[in-house]
This record gives sequence, C-alpha cells and structure tokens, in this order.
Amino acid sequence: MRLAEEMKKRLFDPTRLRAIFAIVVFVVLWELGSRSKDWFGYAAPWISVIPAPDAVIVVWWGLLGDAGYWQSGYLSLLRVLSGFGAALLIGVPLGLLMALSRNFYGIVFPTFEVLRPIPPLAWVPAAIIFWPTQELSIAFITFLGAFYTIVINTVDGAKSIDPRYFEAARAMGSSGWDVFRRIILPGTLPSITLGAAVGMGIVWEVVVAAEMISGGGSSMGGAGASGAGGGLGFFIWNSYTGGSYEQIVVGMLSIGIAGYLSSGGLRMLGEWITPWLRVR
Amino acid sequence: MAEFTPATLKHPPQGEIRVDNVSHSYGVGKFAKEVVKDCGFTIEAGKLTVMIGPSGCGKSTLIRLIAGFEKPSKGSISIDGKPITGPGKDRLVVFQETALFPWMSAYNNTLYGPRARGEDTPEIHREAQSLVERVGLTAFRNKYPTQLSGGMQRRVELARAMINNPKVMILDEPFRGLDAMTKALMQEYYSALHEEFHQTAFFVTTDIDEAIFMADRLIIVSNIPTRVCAVVEVDVPRPRRLVDIYENDRANQIKMSALSMLHEEAMKSFVGGSKAASDFVDAYSKRTGKT
Repeated sequence: MRLAEEMKKRLFDPTRLRAIFAIVVFVVLWELGSRSKDWFGYAAPWISVIPAPDAVIVVWWGLLGDAGYWQSGYLSLLRVLSGFGAALLIGVPLGLLMALSRNFYGIVFPTFEVLRPIPPLAWVPAAIIFWPTQELSIAFITFLGAFYTIVINTVDGAKSIDPRYFEAARAMGSSGWDVFRRIILPGTLPSITLGAAVGMGIVWEVVVAAEMISGGGSSMGGAGASGAGGGLGFFIWNSYTGGSYEQIVVGMLSIGIAGYLSSGGLRMLGEWITPWLRVR
Repeated sequence: MAEFTPATLKHPPQGEIRVDNVSHSYGVGKFAKEVVKDCGFTIEAGKLTVMIGPSGCGKSTLIRLIAGFEKPSKGSISIDGKPITGPGKDRLVVFQETALFPWMSAYNNTLYGPRARGEDTPEIHREAQSLVERVGLTAFRNKYPTQLSGGMQRRVELARAMINNPKVMILDEPFRGLDAMTKALMQEYYSALHEEFHQTAFFVTTDIDEAIFMADRLIIVSNIPTRVCAVVEVDVPRPRRLVDIYENDRANQIKMSALSMLHEEAMKSFVGGSKAASDFVDAYSKRTGKT
C-alpha cells in the first residue's frame, strides 16, 4: 500500500512529468517533420529526410532480437569502461601528485599542457601505428577522452582545499599519511567525481568516432549484416553504407541512452561516496 | 562515564605565553610590510586574555605566530619557558570562520586529534561523548557541519580543540558572523566554561562589549603595525552575566577609557583610508557625541 503510494508520487512528480512531456513533444514534432511531405504535401527542410520515429521503432524492435546489435553495444561499453577505468586509475594519482609536489608539477605540467589541446581523434593514426592491436588503439583513444579532464579536476580540487584544514590538522598532531587519508582525499573527492562525470560524457563521444575511423576493430572478424564486431560507432557507419537510415538513428539513440545511463550511474556513485554534500 | 576534565584541572594552570619584543613583516627588501612591531605581552596561565584592536591591524598575524604556523621575523615567543618552534597540540586555534572538516560528522570532527595520534581507545570515545554532551550537541553528533547552525559549529570546534587538552585555547574572533542572539549565548557559554575550567585562553576580538565581558586582562593594540597600547586588568568579579555587565560601573569605566584609546587608533587608520576604521569612528561618535 505504502509502496503503491510512493510509486504514484514518484511517477506523477512534476519534474518527471515535465521530462516525459518534453520527450513526447520532441517525438511528435519529429514525426510531423519526417512525414511532412506525405501528410501536408510540403517537405520540411532537413528533417523530412530523417526517418520517422515509428519507422525507427519498428526497426529497433527487430534489432532487439539480433545478437549483432547487442554485441556492438557490448563492445562499445567494454571499450568505454576500459578506457575510462584506465583514465581514472592513472589520472587521479597523477593529479594528486601534481597538486602535492611542486617539483613534480613543474616537471609534468608543461608537457601535460602541450598534449592536452590535441583532440583524442587526432591521435587515431598515431594510435593505430603505435598499438599492436586495433582494440588497444581504440581503448587508448577512449582513455585520452577522459584522462585530461580527470587530471585537471583532481589537481584543482586538491589545490583548492582550505589551507586552514591543514593548519588545524597539523596543530592537532596529524601529519603525512593521516593528513592525506583524512583531509586531502575526502577534500578532493567532489572534484574527482565531477571530473569523472564530465569525462564519462567525452568517452562516449570519442569511442564512437574512434570506431568509425578505425573501421571498428578487427578482433571480432568480419562485420555481419548489422555491423557486429565493430561497436556502435561501426554499427552506425555500416548502416550508412548499407543504406538503412532507420538503423543509423537506432545506433545514435542507443549511444544516447548508454551515455545517459553510465553518467547517471556515475553520478549516483559519486553522491554515495560524498554523503556530506547530499545533506543540507 | 568518564567525565571530561581538561588538563588544567588535573594540574595547576599551565600555558603561560610570553611574547617578547616580536616584530613580523611580510615580503622582502623594499616591498617588506611590517605587520607587527616590537610587541610584548604575557598571557597568564589560567587567565582569559583578550586582545582588541582596529580591524585589519595584524591580530590574526599575532595568532599565527603564537600558534606556530609562522616564525616571527624578530623577537621570540615562549610557552612555559620553552620557545615555540611550530604548531603543537598544547596551543589550539579556533578559527574566525569555521574550519571544521566538512566530510566528517560532528563526533568524528571532535575525535580528529586523538585519532591522528593513534589514541582511538574506548576511554577517548567516552571522553568525546561526555564532551559533546558538555557542548549540548549529543542529538547532533552524527550531523555534518553543513547541517549545523553557526553557533553549533562553533561549539563543535570548541569540543574538537578541548579534547586535546591544550594548555592554551586560542580563539580568533570566534563569534564573528553569528547573529546577535547566538553571539550573546556563546559569549556567556564560553565565559562559564572558563569560570569552570580556568583553562588559559587568548581571545581576539574587535567588539569592545565582548572583550570586556570575557576578559580577565585586556590588551589594546594599535593600528598596523601592531604594537601594544595598553594593558588593562578587568577586575570585574566572576561569575559574570551579560545583563549585569551593562550596569557594572567598573566595566563601563574600563569600556570608556578603552574606547577612547581605540578611537585614536581607528582615526589613524581612518586617515589611512580604512573602511573598517571609518565605520568604527562613525559608531564611536554616535555613542559618545565626540568626533
């Protein structure tokens, strides 16, 4: 009984209703635009060449039973997670070291700043030459997508900790590892989670483009009818060359949903490890 | 239940601080700015010493020197005869704006010092509990600092310092920014705490009423560079209550002489273009009819 009430409250929460309303309006406008030639005899510019949502849904429904479609999503997710994980594992300690040691900062920062403006996609040719497998090249490009953001946020976060916290800690007899564990780490955590959330968004952008450019990775053998073996980026590219415009849109929306879910999950994880920011 | 008793109750009062001919400047060469000049005074053990001076005069610098966060350019500072070389748990600072760790509950903030020294024992937990009770925050012990009101945050900070049994409590305008009601409550609260424990304390403020209500001894300092202008013994009997102090002749007498000295100093920085000083001069002229 309580659960039903709670569900009702959540379902009819004004924020949620607004979100649902916005999506419905978007889909309706899209449908009207796509069908404008058939329905009104006037082809709306740009949008009338895009497949209508109902056609997309029909194709999507068909693809739900297709192992190749799921395989593509799985491959992209795997690349995102490995690239992002590596960026987190290397980026956070590097950022902390840069924030804590003036010497280390002086040595690393100039190189870092020269490399940072290079877009991950500019690394594609170099990565293909450098890494032994295509899989590693794509993971490397993905890694670069999140790496700089995570490092910069970690450095800024650690450096902006109120110096009085260190003075208070030092006066109470705290030093070294204790200060790191109880002041620096929790003090930097909000910036790390922020950097990670932003990085996660970039990672999805980058992985798809890397898959398209590099031909989708060779490890899975030849691409099937729906582009199996190449990830979602290659799935889209394959649909384009195969002339299935509905599939292109399915691929795009799949990426959108995957990105939304992973960023949302990351945000929840971030809130869970920084409980003091949740309460007001 | 282990009752919390500061070290000063277990031993005779400790923590006499001597500030001996101290000068301090920031910057070097011709850019050097002298903030403290030939300052000398004593913070007597077991007494509450209040320092008052125009705002922006370098009082916080003096606190940083006594706390050991910085070394004076000239002169020396000692505690119980031993020179101060760095920060230590015998002198703990309660900062101007709260410096509680936002990621720790009130209780974990209180336990920060003992844990840093590896004293996470059942006894210290009992002591922390009784201390949290003593500052009236038992119901709020698991709250984060952002969930507490300004007055509660100050009390957690007092507890976080007191659990380390410092010989000296250093309070840098601790009640600034609190609303008038909370401020009055906190003043009475700290005064009562001092009357009970007689812990050596050094209290810095810009508020003359607060200064006289709290002080055993009042040190009036000059505009920048900080020098000692006068030392006044506030021989108003304890225990004190805020309502009584307004009608106490001796307190008012001290207040008037302190005000005229402060006015002179504020005028100097007013001429030097200090906004804070100009506010003080305005307030002073309204109160006394002088300009």
